[in-house]
Amino acid sequence: METYSFLRQLADSWVLLALTVFFLGTVVWAIRPGSRETHNDTASIPFRNDTLPCDKGCPDCVCEAAHDFIPEART
Amino acid sequence: MLNYIKLLLLGLVFLFAALGANWGRDLAYQVHAILIMAVSAAMFIWVLRNTDEPAVAVDRTGYMDGVVRAGVIATGFWGVVGFLVGVVIAAQLAFPVLNIEWAQPFANFGRLRPLHTSAVIFAFGGNALIMSSFYIVQRTCGARLWGGNLAWFVFWGYQLFIVLAATGYLLGATQSKEYAEPEWYVDIWLTIVWVAFLAVYLGTIFMRREKHIYVANWFLLSFIVTVAMLHIVNNISIPVSIWGSKSVQIFAGVQDAMTQWWYGHNAVGFFLTAGFLGMMYYFVPKQAGRPVFSYKLSIIHFWALIFLYIWAGPHHLHYTALPDWASTLGMVFSIILWMPSWGGMINGLMTLQGAWDKLRTDPIIRMMVVSLAFYGMSTFEGPMMSIRAVNSLSHYTDWTIGHVHSGALGWNGMITFGALYFLTPKLWGRAQMYSMSAINWHFWLATIGIVLYAASMWVTGIMEGLMWREVDAQGFLVNSFADTVSAKFPMYVVRTLGGVLFLSGALIMVWNMWMTIRGGSKVTAPVGVPAE
Repeated sequence: METYSFLRQLADSWVLLALTVFFLGTVVWAIRPGSRETHNDTASIPFRNDTLPCDKGCPDCVCEAAHDFIPEART
Repeated sequence: MLNYIKLLLLGLVFLFAALGANWGRDLAYQVHAILIMAVSAAMFIWVLRNTDEPAVAVDRTGYMDGVVRAGVIATGFWGVVGFLVGVVIAAQLAFPVLNIEWAQPFANFGRLRPLHTSAVIFAFGGNALIMSSFYIVQRTCGARLWGGNLAWFVFWGYQLFIVLAATGYLLGATQSKEYAEPEWYVDIWLTIVWVAFLAVYLGTIFMRREKHIYVANWFLLSFIVTVAMLHIVNNISIPVSIWGSKSVQIFAGVQDAMTQWWYGHNAVGFFLTAGFLGMMYYFVPKQAGRPVFSYKLSIIHFWALIFLYIWAGPHHLHYTALPDWASTLGMVFSIILWMPSWGGMINGLMTLQGAWDKLRTDPIIRMMVVSLAFYGMSTFEGPMMSIRAVNSLSHYTDWTIGHVHSGALGWNGMITFGALYFLTPKLWGRAQMYSMSAINWHFWLATIGIVLYAASMWVTGIMEGLMWREVDAQGFLVNSFADTVSAKFPMYVVRTLGGVLFLSGALIMVWNMWMTIRGGSKVTAPVGVPAE
């Protein structure tokens, strides 16, 4: 069989099926039961880490130098 | 030791560029060689002066924001340049005498037009995307940018790409592919820069402190990966000579056309849509002070968008040598694409649920909302225009130009302005922008400018389409092409006026950014209201 015809048939049969199943899988995965809490947590990521968290071990410490270029803005 | 290798390499680059300046087969190549000579010489001196000097300690304790600051300035600068060239070429179409005789062929409409499209899409939009992805990925991962100075390489490498592309167009080097005009060596350089961009971005995601990857990063990552793929495939070409800018495409005929519009439409889909949606999913919740309306919807939005967009390209090739099944496929996928697009728009707008009063008080959120409205409008107009019957009227007319600009000025422009107003005070440690009323002025100038632009292009586009197909009782065409050109004159003047308004708004923004950066008291900006 020609390469073109082979690829064409593969594309509109098995590959189409695989892509459709993958896409439907992502939808099911998104709305799966019990995902609400994870999603609420993930959705609030932009409201954390306004300054770079550091690994010093204390629970609330933040690294300074969010504005490291302006010496007088350091606190 | 590393510095000695750098010096050696820079010396070799300089030598090669010097040979190119001498042996170059065309003007664009020679000018570019001289440009590379100057850049490599300056870098050589810079590296030499720092060699065997005590190393300066770099503060790595905070986020890497210097490169984001540079990106904010570059975005403002290239925005004004791109809009200015747009106003000039709009005026040239209305008044052809503005193709000034002594400046030919460099200031010809044909050479300035790709300069305008590339300046606004790649220079303004690209810098906006790179700087905001560097900002967003650090904040949503809780990690400093990976790769140290690699981020600076991405920034300066991208600016060099812009300068090479822009000067190349003016000097006549183009491979004449829409949105992919730069010639082979500029393409190779962009590929290197883009891979470094991907490395910085992925490296930061791998180093993240958050368990999950926030949705904005999914959109931005798909933008980076897909643009890399599109760029490489559409630019496969063989240079005629290593000492010249001319190259020959590997694909020919309808295959080349299909590859070009697979690239072209996905440049819209992944550069101007997915990338900017990544910005939207971060800046809108941040500015509204509340998390995105539905995180589930954002996941479905993402997968649906990337699954559908990649197939929509053939709608640019209705009634051509492209097989009917392919253009029908493109049309069908374009129409289905309407759904995820509006899902995303609703998700962005509904983020304001319970905070709609901010529309009245906060000009930045107003800009973001208008940008989402234009996103919704142009993602409805696009699928409609992709229908073969509608396309037979709209294609090759100014309706297409109007559609592109309602998306680019309305959606990409407004969301970028919103992001710049959000970022400038934060990055320079100011409480807020220097002037809030200037933001209001910018908002209204830009909005009225877009409305004038889009409305005049609808009128002239549909008029033009109808005039082209008008036949008399004997079946002869009624109008010559020149008849449509003279009929369009008033609308071209209105379009230029719209462009002038949009440009003046951008100038006000740049002044406002300048005053914010230079003046005011240096305080740490309040970093958003926590989610309720």
